[in-house]
Amino acid sequence: MELFELGIKAAREGIAKGEFSSVELTQAVIDRCHAKNAEIGAYLTFDEEQALELARANPKAVPIAVKDLINVAGQPCTCASKILKGYVSPYDATVIRNMKSHGFIPAGRVNMDEFAMGSSTENSGLGVTRNPYDLSRVPGGSSGGSAAAVGGNLCIAALGTDTGGSIRQPASFCNCVGVKPSYGRVSRYGVTAFASSLDQVGPMTKSVEDAAILLGALAGHDEMDGTTPREPVPDYAAAIEGASMKGVRIGVAKEYFDVKGMDPEVKRITEEALAKCEQSGAELVEVSLPHTEYAMAVYYIIAPAEASANLARFDGVRYGHRSAESKDVFSLYTKSRAEGFGPEVKRRIIMGTYVLSSGYYDAYYGRAQKVRTLITRDFAEAFGKCDALLSPCAPTPAFKFKELQDPLTMYLNDLFTIPSALAGVCASSVPAGFTRDTKMPVGVQFICGAFEETKLLKVSKAFEEIRGTLV
Amino acid sequence: MKIDVAYVAELARLELTDEEKTVFQPQLENIVKYVEKISEVDVEGVEPMMHGRTLVNAFREDVVRPSLDREAALANAPERVGDEFLLPKIVEGAES
Repeated sequence: MELFELGIKAAREGIAKGEFSSVELTQAVIDRCHAKNAEIGAYLTFDEEQALELARANPKAVPIAVKDLINVAGQPCTCASKILKGYVSPYDATVIRNMKSHGFIPAGRVNMDEFAMGSSTENSGLGVTRNPYDLSRVPGGSSGGSAAAVGGNLCIAALGTDTGGSIRQPASFCNCVGVKPSYGRVSRYGVTAFASSLDQVGPMTKSVEDAAILLGALAGHDEMDGTTPREPVPDYAAAIEGASMKGVRIGVAKEYFDVKGMDPEVKRITEEALAKCEQSGAELVEVSLPHTEYAMAVYYIIAPAEASANLARFDGVRYGHRSAESKDVFSLYTKSRAEGFGPEVKRRIIMGTYVLSSGYYDAYYGRAQKVRTLITRDFAEAFGKCDALLSPCAPTPAFKFKELQDPLTMYLNDLFTIPSALAGVCASSVPAGFTRDTKMPVGVQFICGAFEETKLLKVSKAFEEIRGTLV
Repeated sequence: MKIDVAYVAELARLELTDEEKTVFQPQLENIVKYVEKISEVDVEGVEPMMHGRTLVNAFREDVVRPSLDREAALANAPERVGDEFLLPKIVEGAES
């Protein structure tokens, strides 16, 4: 096995046994990127010198690829947007500081949909990322660079962020494990905000065990983020040892199965996953999440509304692109933003401004927040009857470039991941199989209650065991 | 609901080309039409969910700590003069 193929656990063991050093491991990842990144396009930039220097200073550390909206001091942080071209971070995000103190170093910056808005990474303003399993297909999004880097072995593991499915859907498309932590489990300080009531950073890895190790490093209270409670972080990696399906109550919600436009292979793989869980001693329980059909609508009000406010900071004043055409302050704002933002970001800013504007606020934003309460109650009720929900992660496997042209059709790809994001609960995507015709990877989603990451990782690990090795 | 794209874009401080206006108009109308689905839901007496979890005030000790260094804060400035960000004249008639 080549060094770049290793996951976190195996890399740590190899370093501990003296089989190779952190520098050799980091160099192996760099060499692999030289060979493959031109084709896959997972990375936007890779400061090789800084990565090697960090590896020399931290001889046991494992390199981690970082989604390009997380600040690392001295590195670019563009959010894959032209508006931040040339921007260099003056500080480390809390997740980066946490990672460093747990034996990880940031290595390379991976592509994404601009400001995390999208489901295919086609909205990146700075580069194209291809699915390592079929270069004519998208890697998913918005953490498409992270997923392609993990799936294509261009890194040991990666950080992604999830607002409405941006870790889980690309993980499903690129055959990796992705965990969206409960809202508040991981600090958002230093992570460029898209929708502040939804954004979470999480691990994208080659195994559930790796996800448990990395999540343990990222999670915890941060006094720089008031939404992170002082809830202790369990030793997730120790907790999932020997995890089993025996006696686990798996909830099956009909709202996640009787769906128009679901690919038959996705349906087959998900149903087979359910059958395997049952054969291994899990109890399947029927549950209902009656407000699921409104989740997409709620999300496409709340997320753009928050984004329109968060992205107001990109005004050409203190950092980022400033238009050379501006004559006064008004045109400095309007032209800098017009030149810097791509079309999807502009659409969402307009949508968000519209739903927050005078006269419409109550009908859209106010009402959406109330329906969000109902969606959250659905989950609370379901978790009274089951330990975890199992569902498809995305309605289809990775699609082709330019296949989904209409924005609304693209949005519908996040059908299964959005409700849990709105509810603030935790969820994972675990590889479950490959389509028979196109040989594309498909993941299933597990969802558990808020701050039930231990339960989530246990059931994900148990599933990974019974699923066996995928070809 | 008809959305006045040009007006909303101005509120959002975004200059749109005529072509963008033509492309965005039907796309945004479609999205608005879709999200209006939530008007079907009975929300009588339901509390709005303002955030990702139920929040309580998170207090910390009010102590003086070093903040971002001035040079570091100015390092990404598109234009600067001394220790300040340089901007076009804001007040009419004032010396720039």
